[in-house]
Amino acid sequence: MVNLYPVPSQRADVQERVREADHPSSHVVTFGADQPLQLDCGIALSPFQIAYQTYGELNAERTNAILICHALTGDQHVANTHPVTGKGGWWDTLVGPGLPIDTDRYFVICSNVIGGCMGSSGPFSTNPQTGQVWGLDFPFITIPDMVRAQAMLIDHLGIETLFCVAGGSMGGMQVLQWASAYPQRVFSALPVACSTRHSAQNIAFHEVGRQAVMADPEWKGGRYFAEGTRPRRGLAVARMAAHITYLSDPALHRKFGRRLQDREVPTFSFDADFEVESYLRHQGSSFVERFDANSYLYLTRAMDYLDLAADHDGVLAEAFRNTRTRFCVVSFTSDWLFPTTESRAIVHALNAGGARVSFAEIETDKGHDAFLLDVPEFFDIVRAFLDSGGAARGLIRKG
Amino acid sequence: MAIAHEFAGTEPAAHVPHTYRGDHLLVAGMVEPGSRVLDVGCGDGDLLRLLEARGVDGRGIELSREGVNRCVAKGLAVIQGDADTDLADYPDDAFDYVILSQTLQATRQPRVVLEHMLRIGRHGIVSFPNFGHWRMRLQLLLKGQMPRTEGLPATWYDTANIHFCTIKDFVQLCDEVDARMDRAVALNTWGTPLRFNAPWWFWNLFGEQGVFLLSRAGKAR
Repeated sequence: MVNLYPVPSQRADVQERVREADHPSSHVVTFGADQPLQLDCGIALSPFQIAYQTYGELNAERTNAILICHALTGDQHVANTHPVTGKGGWWDTLVGPGLPIDTDRYFVICSNVIGGCMGSSGPFSTNPQTGQVWGLDFPFITIPDMVRAQAMLIDHLGIETLFCVAGGSMGGMQVLQWASAYPQRVFSALPVACSTRHSAQNIAFHEVGRQAVMADPEWKGGRYFAEGTRPRRGLAVARMAAHITYLSDPALHRKFGRRLQDREVPTFSFDADFEVESYLRHQGSSFVERFDANSYLYLTRAMDYLDLAADHDGVLAEAFRNTRTRFCVVSFTSDWLFPTTESRAIVHALNAGGARVSFAEIETDKGHDAFLLDVPEFFDIVRAFLDSGGAARGLIRKG
Repeated sequence: MAIAHEFAGTEPAAHVPHTYRGDHLLVAGMVEPGSRVLDVGCGDGDLLRLLEARGVDGRGIELSREGVNRCVAKGLAVIQGDADTDLADYPDDAFDYVILSQTLQATRQPRVVLEHMLRIGRHGIVSFPNFGHWRMRLQLLLKGQMPRTEGLPATWYDTANIHFCTIKDFVQLCDEVDARMDRAVALNTWGTPLRFNAPWWFWNLFGEQGVFLLSRAGKAR
């Protein structure tokens, strides 16, 4: 049987990954003892660092900044070649010169979330107090913590008000948290394929992923870095399970059907006979090359904990009361991870608060992943929403 | 008030294309600039665009996903929703104007929708095709079939317009829901208003569309 997860030199590999976590191929800002990050779990994280990328130029008035918030397994490399995988940026069809998020016009910022593994402080970073990798000693973080850290970055960049905060999935959760926590700093908000809270089903899928990681003997109670191992199989299984939730039944069927992989007849074994199995195994094994298992545990937990309504006595509308932010909420018909009903609840709450809100549900069979894919109708809506906001903000002359 | 005044306020700004429909220009002329407007059943957003060009803070509800997405792609604040079910969620006096432009006849419960309109908005504007127009009457009389016109080309079995009425019927409904008619205009086939001081029967026969500016008759109900 083929070993899907060849492990050449684990220790060297771990050291290389820690290097990217501590010294990323990005801009880095370090906040010292005088500027701790006050976390929801009660701990003040200090010192800590944020890794971020920028595209385009900040204008003299500092009014054209767009903050992009990345999803669970995304990072700050929105529109440039990824330093680890060598692939293009995760939103490079949407962000760039002349594209809907036009870097000729806007100054685009994207930072790695706190708890991530691409250069912002997280469980795979080195704990400055001990000189060892944090691991499970890293404090638990929440979506509001991520946003609090981003706000410190925006302060550091000398930006008072963001023209727009945009993101999909976990990124969209951050957008909603931004709009709720800092309404006066967010001129417009573009939450895509997301929700103000994780549903029981969402939490359940995350728990499956976490248990898969922790069941891998190479996880070593979260201390794999010290042992020179990595829980590749566990993390790959977590990714495989999660990946199914990002697609839809029709999309899977259209892409793979029941076709066999490089063979005419079934082998009567547990080898990857079907194309869909081979595809998922590939998704799993390529993911572990670029992502840290403990970081995956922390970030899925952060998503599970989000409940904006609960933070406002159970009334979601209170989270956006009297907001002047312009909203554009987008969902996709075949997304069953963050279904349209979740977006509709956001829209209802915003309407009740008198907010200026647009809401578009886009027809596609690509599932939750649609927000990362080439969906022209989505691109048109992003462009038009930013154009109308840009005109209202005085960034674009009305024509 | 003379008809000439109705159009005085609708002079399109220089950058507004001159392709707006006559009924849209008339409706827009009834709205005070700078007010907050909810357009229920906003379609492709043409009226909302006209209103925004006139400095109105406009929001829209539209049933069809295609219509919503076209509106959002024009930069308008429009959400997908159903006039029959979603208006109940809006608080009293949430808007200065609530507009039902060619929408009322497509709702399941026109009377309930009209009542919500008067509750949510300080003013309501309703435009609708007049089924009492002479060509409608003539088609029904001579051909014995449900009328079809250039403006209403759908057959009876696939039309979205499930509650047709005449101008006379609508005036009666306004009375029943305690709506005050602040202004009423009938438009002919070419979208221009009929003589202002004509009697109701004349409007009901020669008006192809009725456009009404309404408000609540009594302060407290």
